[in-house]
Amino acid sequence: MTDTAVRSADRAPARSADRRPERRGRAATWRKRAEIALFVTPALALLVAFVVVPVATAVQMSLYKWKGFGPMVDFVGLRNYVSVLTNEVFTDAVVHNLIIVVGSIVLQLPLGLAIALLLNRKMWGQGLLRTIIFVPYVLAEVIAGVVWFQLLQPQYGVIDTMLAAVGLHGPDQGFLGTPEYALWTVLVVLTWKYLGLAVILFLAGLQGVPDELYEAAQLDGASWWQVQRRITIPLLGPTMRTWGFLSMIGSLQLFDMVWILTGGGPANATTTMATFLVNEGTKRQNFGIAGAASVVLFVIALVLALAYQKFILSRDSKEEGR
Amino acid sequence: MSAVTTPARPSARTADRGARKKSFSGGSPLVYAIALVVVAVTLGPVLYGVLGGFRTNAQLAEDPAGLPSPWVWDNYAGVLSADSPFWGYFLNSTIIAVVTTAVVVVFGIMAAYPLARYRFKGREALFMVFVIGLLFPATVAIIPLFILITQNYHMGNTWWGVALPQAAFALPMTVVILRPFLQALPTELEEAAQLDGASRIGFFWRILLPLSGPGMVTVGVLAFVGSWNAYLLPLLLLQGDMRTLPLGVADFSTEHSADTAGVFAFTTLAMIPALVFFLAMQKRIVNGLQGAVKG
Repeated sequence: MTDTAVRSADRAPARSADRRPERRGRAATWRKRAEIALFVTPALALLVAFVVVPVATAVQMSLYKWKGFGPMVDFVGLRNYVSVLTNEVFTDAVVHNLIIVVGSIVLQLPLGLAIALLLNRKMWGQGLLRTIIFVPYVLAEVIAGVVWFQLLQPQYGVIDTMLAAVGLHGPDQGFLGTPEYALWTVLVVLTWKYLGLAVILFLAGLQGVPDELYEAAQLDGASWWQVQRRITIPLLGPTMRTWGFLSMIGSLQLFDMVWILTGGGPANATTTMATFLVNEGTKRQNFGIAGAASVVLFVIALVLALAYQKFILSRDSKEEGR
Repeated sequence: MSAVTTPARPSARTADRGARKKSFSGGSPLVYAIALVVVAVTLGPVLYGVLGGFRTNAQLAEDPAGLPSPWVWDNYAGVLSADSPFWGYFLNSTIIAVVTTAVVVVFGIMAAYPLARYRFKGREALFMVFVIGLLFPATVAIIPLFILITQNYHMGNTWWGVALPQAAFALPMTVVILRPFLQALPTELEEAAQLDGASRIGFFWRILLPLSGPGMVTVGVLAFVGSWNAYLLPLLLLQGDMRTLPLGVADFSTEHSADTAGVFAFTTLAMIPALVFFLAMQKRIVNGLQGAVKG
């Protein structure tokens, strides 16, 4: 149907343009506008229905006490925000998110860099290695989470068994069941899951380093280590900074892995902002609180994103004169 | 967010390929040893799950770190049997991922075209709408989405109810990736098409669409993988027979928590489609991700 509509629309103005050259300009402008509307409207309509309206609703919800049905009438002003921001579970959740943000970068940056440098050499099975290292990233977080949940079972899980074999004893409640260890365990599993992404991106960055630089350095008698430190790593700067940005945004929205591994427990030791707001919204029907938590999550993500842009990513634009 | 600019431009990609070989051909035993450790840590948990599916619960309890002996096929056979919910989950995941991908690619390329190749007032402002869209992850809007879709749009527990919002949240990234891709196609093509009497729409349909195949495949693959692995939105919107594979895996593992071997078999079978798809589309996925990071 669109096909024929498009075709007939094609021809009509061409004919009329020949007959009335003086009106050609205006007709062409209108035609162009109609075309733009035709092309852009579906995407914009989808964005409005499923992004703009829900986000606006979140803001509206956050100002009311609302249980999810009927009109929102019980206006409470900023009281939901006060109760979210003074709720220890939520403020702890923010801290957990920040620990995951920093922890992911601190663990994955050196590890990813080391593995990328390693894989960047000519070696047997290099292609296979690259594929393997990327496998965890392709799995759904849920699937990875379910497997790790089984591995981490207290006593009967394979990890506790292996620890026992070397004379160590895992915590009685398991790593995920002990509040002091749970968040760090989640961080380790996330590192396993997302290290492959860092490696793949760093490898891509390494391919952008011109061979001549290596050759020149080799002629000057530089060692492998010197070349990496003086040439490769600095040239990888932009890639690392952009990867850090993606990693940070992902960590702030962390939900799936925590939901599967711990559900936010034990004793809220692994609650994140996302698990908090889903809990409030679906299990407790506190939609006002969930709305306020959503807005706070967005503001935190936005502030950190802008700060990252200003202080870290802006170096790239300066250095490269973009 | 301008950091997430793009393009896996066709020309840049071919140039990369030539520069692949690197000096310092190392291959010392130490390097191989480290590589082996990395492989073991990466694949260990996955392989453990695969092998665990071939064991019985008694075997797993007796020696968690052992190998299957004897090998048992019952767990896998049980998951794949005709009355298992696995196939229903598989079907739902497939349909939702296909619809999401189709909507993202079609709407995305349509929106990217005028933004890339028309000159008009407000073009950059229109583009900014999509860039700003990048700032809103689905997580932020998840609770209102759940309410709107079930109560106002009446799409709760349907394929569309999950696919459309997923497509909407994937659109900004898609447009941001596709626009430079379309801009990179030479203007001479357009001029030649005009001389031959093609309108802008004709040009879009007959020349631009076929040429932007690689770009569309890249964004399509990213959308497909994102949808296939999605958990949060389906968790809130889908129940019973409508559940997708990630939901099925999570629910199976809580409902059958005593049947560890069964959980391993179910999980393993659930990861196969993603792995096969990844191996088939490896280049595209990697290019897409790299394109999203390279400036």
